[in-house]
Amino acid sequence: MKIRRILSLMLRHFYLIKASLPRIVDLIYWPTVQIILWGFVSKFFTMHSTYFNNTAGIILSAAILYDFLFRSSISYNMLFLEEIWSRNLINLFVSPLKVNEIVIALTCTALLRTLIGLVPAVLIAIPLFGISLLELGYPLILLLLSLYIFGITLGLLVTAGLVRFGPSFENIAWASLFFIAPIGCIYYPVEILPNWLQPIALALPLAHIFEETRSILITNTVHYSNIYYALMLNMIYLILAICTFYYSFKNAKIKGSLINVGE
Amino acid sequence: MKQLEINNLQKIFGTFEAVKKINFSISENQTVALLGPNGCGKTTTIAMILGLITPTSGSITINNKILTNNHHYLAKMNFASPYVELPKKLKVIENLKVYAMMYEISNAKAKIEQLVEELNLAPILYKKTGELSSGQRNRVSLAKSIINDPKILLLDEPTASLDPDTGDFIRTFLETYKKKNSMAILLASHNMDEVTRLSDYVLMMKEGSIIDEGTTGELIKKHGRHDLEEVFLKLARQNEN
Repeated sequence: MKIRRILSLMLRHFYLIKASLPRIVDLIYWPTVQIILWGFVSKFFTMHSTYFNNTAGIILSAAILYDFLFRSSISYNMLFLEEIWSRNLINLFVSPLKVNEIVIALTCTALLRTLIGLVPAVLIAIPLFGISLLELGYPLILLLLSLYIFGITLGLLVTAGLVRFGPSFENIAWASLFFIAPIGCIYYPVEILPNWLQPIALALPLAHIFEETRSILITNTVHYSNIYYALMLNMIYLILAICTFYYSFKNAKIKGSLINVGE
Repeated sequence: MKQLEINNLQKIFGTFEAVKKINFSISENQTVALLGPNGCGKTTTIAMILGLITPTSGSITINNKILTNNHHYLAKMNFASPYVELPKKLKVIENLKVYAMMYEISNAKAKIEQLVEELNLAPILYKKTGELSSGQRNRVSLAKSIINDPKILLLDEPTASLDPDTGDFIRTFLETYKKKNSMAILLASHNMDEVTRLSDYVLMMKEGSIIDEGTTGELIKKHGRHDLEEVFLKLARQNEN
């Protein structure tokens, strides 16, 4: 693995982002709108709900964290789709870049894209709604890390589909997170779900992450077991996603679909 | 010295045999042209050499080493095709910088300056690649394809859809470049004049097999035709009825 090759792909995406003001605005616009919308919803609930009245911003904090997950996953997919749309994939595949270098470069660049979008939105929430994610304290770093890993995991799975099935898989890229959101227990506790669905929800890291977020904000106590489970589950899913990606790549080479992925 | 050697290379997609156990080799400083009608297996052959398609059987030997994982040689190989583009939103200079970094060129600045000079890229260096004409884009693509001083260069219809002047510029450049640099070129083209001018040896492919081969002169003489185009037409239409 060569750092210089990884940096070259990151540089390609950095050039792309910095060259286009609409692209930067697009990165910032959606998270900001999302947070303003959920900020008002959160304010309304705080005023009218006994569950939320002591924890102003519980919904907004969840919304911000969910958006972080959403942006990291979508960013990963977008970076790969950019290569498909610009018909540049073959140039990358015939270069000395290894698959693991492509994965690392996209993972790092996705973080940059996510932060460009999310940091301004998070900062806006402080004066506008009096809510700061920093209230979550040190565990915030672990929660964000967990969300980021899960976002990348989903991104990798979608990218594996794009490699194998081509741009026709693009719609799945956009919809991937919406499939999981209902059982991610982002805005409500796991107990709300039907009994049969709860084990499925608990098998995902999201339920543990958002359960812990609520726990910190409501009771002001940190349950590291939730964070630990989330990280463990994340590792399992990430390894599965990496294996799927490699399998998909190998299969695409056998079936010859790699040369048509940009068509 | 043989740079590239193909032995019994075969590719089967499902029940369709796209490439049928072909054999050929390219020596240092040699240009071999791969000719044949659409769908004859040229692109599949090139894609297998580049590692984009896994062969069903057979071997690809580069510099006396059989490729099992082509990563160790991709740094010394490169490819250009008008059907594969460089990122359109990036400026020409940015694309060259990215690929110089990707191929780990030691003195990237000097290399880019050399390519700018040789391929007359100065007037378009700060333009976005997507805003260039097809001829200009072709020159940039060619610059990318030689940025790593490849030992093996694969060209898929390098002058397709270009006007005669730009086409001639590219061919002249390739001739000059090959003289100065020791490399093997595999050229897939439908332009018979281009093949006659650039290639030292011609492989005629049809339905996945190499049906004839030789120098342009040898093929013309053997088939009793006036030029390579007539040879191509004869072989392509053989057994059609």
